[in-house]
Amino acid sequence: MATAQYHHPDYFCVDELLTEEHKLIRNSVREWVNRRVKPIIDEACQKHEFPGHLMKELGEIGAFGSYIPEKYGGAGLDQISYGLIMQELERGDSALRSAASVQSSLVMYPIYQFGTEEQRVKYLPALAKGELVGAFGLTEPDHGSDPGSMKTRFEDKGDHFLLNGAKMWITNAAIADVCVVWAKDEHKVVRGLIVEKGMPGFSAPETLNKWSLRASITGELVFDNVKVPKENILPNVHGLKGPLMCLNSARYGIAWGVIGAACDCYDTALRYALERKQFDKPIAGFQLTQKKLAEMITEITKAQLLAWRLGTLRNEDRATPGQISMTKRNNVEIALKIARDSRQILGAMGITGDFPMMRHMMNLESVITYEGTHDIHLLITGMDITGINAFL
Amino acid sequence: MKILVLISNVPDTTTKIRFKSDNTAFDDAGVQWIINPWDELALTRAVELKETGGVSLITVANVGNASTEPTLRKALAVGADDAIRIDVEARDAFEVATQLASVAKDYDLIMAGIEASDYNGSAVGGMLAELLDIASVSSVSGINIENGQLLFNREIDGGSQVLSVTTPVVAIVQKGIAKEPRIPAMRGIMMARKKELKVTAPVSAEDRTSFVRFELPPKKAACKMVAEDNAKELVRLLHEEAKVL
Ligand SMILES: Cc1cc2nc3c(=O)[nH]c(=O)nc-3n(C[C@H](O)[C@H](O)[C@H](O)COP(=O)(O)OP(=O)(O)OC[C@H]3O[C@@H](n4cnc5c(N)ncnc54)[C@H](O)[C@@H]3O)c2cc1C
Ligand SMILES: Cc1cc2nc3c(=O)[nH]c(=O)nc-3n(C[C@H](O)[C@H](O)[C@H](O)COP(=O)(O)OP(=O)(O)OC[C@H]3O[C@@H](n4cnc5c(N)ncnc54)[C@H](O)[C@@H]3O)c2cc1C
Repeated sequence: MATAQYHHPDYFCVDELLTEEHKLIRNSVREWVNRRVKPIIDEACQKHEFPGHLMKELGEIGAFGSYIPEKYGGAGLDQISYGLIMQELERGDSALRSAASVQSSLVMYPIYQFGTEEQRVKYLPALAKGELVGAFGLTEPDHGSDPGSMKTRFEDKGDHFLLNGAKMWITNAAIADVCVVWAKDEHKVVRGLIVEKGMPGFSAPETLNKWSLRASITGELVFDNVKVPKENILPNVHGLKGPLMCLNSARYGIAWGVIGAACDCYDTALRYALERKQFDKPIAGFQLTQKKLAEMITEITKAQLLAWRLGTLRNEDRATPGQISMTKRNNVEIALKIARDSRQILGAMGITGDFPMMRHMMNLESVITYEGTHDIHLLITGMDITGINAFL
Repeated sequence: MKILVLISNVPDTTTKIRFKSDNTAFDDAGVQWIINPWDELALTRAVELKETGGVSLITVANVGNASTEPTLRKALAVGADDAIRIDVEARDAFEVATQLASVAKDYDLIMAGIEASDYNGSAVGGMLAELLDIASVSSVSGINIENGQLLFNREIDGGSQVLSVTTPVVAIVQKGIAKEPRIPAMRGIMMARKKELKVTAPVSAEDRTSFVRFELPPKKAACKMVAEDNAKELVRLLHEEAKVL
């Protein structure tokens, strides 16, 4: 297959900014993706099926919660390592990166950051191994970009909480064992609850017929008088800050992840353009093709440097939400454009499942929407530099 | 049982090979280094044996300068317990075997690859056994421990052979020894940080070979397409141009 001979673009020697350990991490996940994902992913997407058997394997290689301390089953690695893992997974498919983002940043992270010691011990090691699958419920049918207006709520019934409401567009919903659900208490304060599969009144129907992230499961979480044990509340966070901190971590991972998709498209297009001849010469020899390729490598290089710098800032605990928004927005945009341009370079070939562009392109339409839409990130940057809120 | 796995550091198998110094030396500029594929399989099998019990220690050893350390770190991340690097540039098989003999004495099972994918000398394993004055078995494609007894499999013409061996022994391993090389997990990579990578001084050893000249294989000729209904032309080309008929 075309991508088996993947050559990772590194025009500005960004590799030299990585440690030997970072490179070992990246190469290990890359090798895993080559072996286990590349051969099956097109078929999974065509059939609209989640390759569920990979969850345990992702756990075995350590793709879940890489920055969570070892004590709780993580690997205790730094933020650049997390980014590199996401990059390599998304080179395979955004579905796998999504599964790993949700499990790591949206489920393990809040349990680790806001949970009790009992919750950490109960859930984190099994989530790290992929024995438990997690989901994150923030978005609702009527509240997407404006999660603060959410309707899902719970009441204190003395010995338990009673949860009512519904979440929509939730990754892993139908297969999740553990859901971190954000809901309002009687005082209208957003709190995090751990809802487990099988609790009476809780159902999770799947959203079918997607043209994007077809190898990922998306669905609803419906709560109809669900009795949630009191020990399932995340005690250490109140308000929207909780889910937003999770999103910061996940968005950071996306900023790296989409570089993987972009590189896969660029690498495929470059090789194809050198081999494919029209008018008696390789199409790479035409100026218009070179323009596309040259712009792609330029944008990839900028995205790599942004992501790397953001990673070093996160390692020092200095990255701001504004910086994360800017990087997520920029990198997803260039990845999507590269998917489109690279597909054109392949002509008709580019629309087939033998090459990854259409798949990446369709996936990236979700990526540019979830974890804050493209425009919402622009507003975050706008507010950050002007001090004026343009959301309302 | 203690296992020593010999690790040769070789250019990635997709490397574009170039030579320098008047074609007497390999040009390693820009080359990615990997664990010799046979050694990676040997290490994988050693780790599997440790996981099923009966193995107390896996050491990996390499003869090479500091640039080989990422390769040894990877071996530690895959599951070796400690690593030894003998700090000298590896020059030829006899020199390498002599260096390795200085650290290989305390192991029950020593695993070498059947050949290093760079120079394909197929010599280090046998030489090492000879220098240590212990037995070696070549072309081993399976290693098992049953009730404390070490068993080797060898592929022979039309079948396979099972050998019961006494220790210490050198196993020179080939295809089949493990299914596929194990990929280091993130936890393994992190744990490798704390594992010991001991650097030891070389013993004096002589080189017994030197390279006269390297030559690249002739370039592959361009591919010629013959229409499917034109077998005659194919035969003519094979006869007159390729001269194989
Ligand atoms: C495949 C997939 C998986 C997902 N997984 C999860 C998950 O696991 N958990 C979860 O909680 N959510 C998940 N989501 C939901 C995702 O986060 C939301 O779709 C996203 O936040 C946008 O919300 P919305 O779809 O309701 O769009 P809306 O908020 O309705 O936005 C529609 C459009 O209006 C624009 N808009 C909205 N407000 C403004 C404004 N103030 N100014 C200018 N323009 C504005 C937006 O930019 C967008 O273009 C997922 C979504 C998808 C597609
Ligand atoms: C001119 C020249 C230049 C070289 N340059 C380099 C260099 O730049 N960097 C470098 O790392 N090596 C270098 N080498 C060393 C080379 O990679 C081999 O390790 C050595 O020559 C033995 O090769 P062989 O083909 O005889 O080994 P084989 O006998 O084919 O190897 C069989 C097995 O022996 C073991 N083994 C072989 N070599 C070693 C070793 N060094 N340490 C531990 N176990 C080993 C492995 O298990 C291997 O699978 C060079 C060798 C030569 C001759």
